[in-house]
Amino acid sequence: MPKEVAMASVTHSFMKLFRGPSTESAPEPGQGARPPRASQRLTRRSSGLAELSRLLQSEEPLCVLDIGSTSAANIRYLTERGHKIYSEDLLDASTDPSLVIRDEQGHGTLDHKRFLAENLIFRNAQFDIVFCWNLADYLDEDLVKPLVARLWSMIRPGGMLLAFFHTQEAGPDAPCYRYHIMGSDTLEMQHIEARADMRKGPGGQSARSPFRLQRVFNNRHIENLFRDFASIKFFLTRDNIREVLVVR
Amino acid sequence: MDAPKTAEFAHIGKSVIIKGELSGSEDLFVDGIVEGTIELRNNNLVIGPNGQVKANIHAKGVVVQGKLDGDIRASQRAELRKSAVTVGDIFTQRIAIEEGAYFKGKVDIQQDAPKPASTQSSKPETDAKITAPGTTASASGVSAGLGGSGGGSMSPHTSVTKV
Repeated sequence: MPKEVAMASVTHSFMKLFRGPSTESAPEPGQGARPPRASQRLTRRSSGLAELSRLLQSEEPLCVLDIGSTSAANIRYLTERGHKIYSEDLLDASTDPSLVIRDEQGHGTLDHKRFLAENLIFRNAQFDIVFCWNLADYLDEDLVKPLVARLWSMIRPGGMLLAFFHTQEAGPDAPCYRYHIMGSDTLEMQHIEARADMRKGPGGQSARSPFRLQRVFNNRHIENLFRDFASIKFFLTRDNIREVLVVR
Repeated sequence: MDAPKTAEFAHIGKSVIIKGELSGSEDLFVDGIVEGTIELRNNNLVIGPNGQVKANIHAKGVVVQGKLDGDIRASQRAELRKSAVTVGDIFTQRIAIEEGAYFKGKVDIQQDAPKPASTQSSKPETDAKITAPGTTASASGVSAGLGGSGGGSMSPHTSVTKV
């Protein structure tokens, strides 16, 4: 399986002192990293998006799936270019308390069959592009592999999927962001903050705690996760994120 | 789309439950429960913050502030306000989604959607026709709703992300 690893920036080591890609200042000595405010938006360049933009420039209307948080910016960006967009917030859907079941040992686990029966139901849809963003890092372990298998079946041959994975340096408290497409290679990151009054989903279930980083994938884990795909390309960035572009 | 004034919009108040086909030739504000279909091809529909609609909608313009489970076919424009919870596909010429709106479904922008026929009549029909059997609505609820006493007025929206 061919793969390319973009060389990290020469300032990568220096930038490790700072969390995030923005102009935020480093925390003062003795203080932990302050979580970003929900209103604060960070801009980052995305090599993965830049690669996908070549496809998005095509005149033929594409079928695009965005499984991050509802983003008006993404809907606007893609529909302005004549593409159809399907939007479904799977991270929010995974917080449905009714998905929790007991396994044979009595441990709580998520019912991935029910999750897939209730989500990503797009009959006859074959997607050209899927924006997975950082979903795999924050999604419950029980759902990740079944989700990737479902996505494989929904992407047309030659279609692409873009996903972001944290690196080891990110730390367990890495904030969860939603991503807005602002340009052909530019993303705006918005911190997803849990609020007691946050209404999410048609069932009204609310996320009362922030989304926590569930795991950190290494390159081998990522390759295994997408082993059914034709090719995989890695882009290392300065902000402790690996961008991964896979081709069905 | 401007906030509907009671005199300009037919009003379904929050205590009203309607099951069946809902059609009419005037603008409609729904703040109650509607299940079935809504046909307002040459007019606008507003689902208020208390509205719970389980129906496919065919209208000129659609604004969602409450809950909608169904497809929207808006010949001109669809708006999802920040309190909207929308599950279904949207087919329209223009779409605006406020920050905070929840949406699950497909957006299909149709640039060449057929324009609605001119309906600049001086006297719109006074009642939306409820055409199918099986409609349920308590008499007191309907009168309260149509009178607009229970619905309250919409506050003008502040910011909308426009396409």
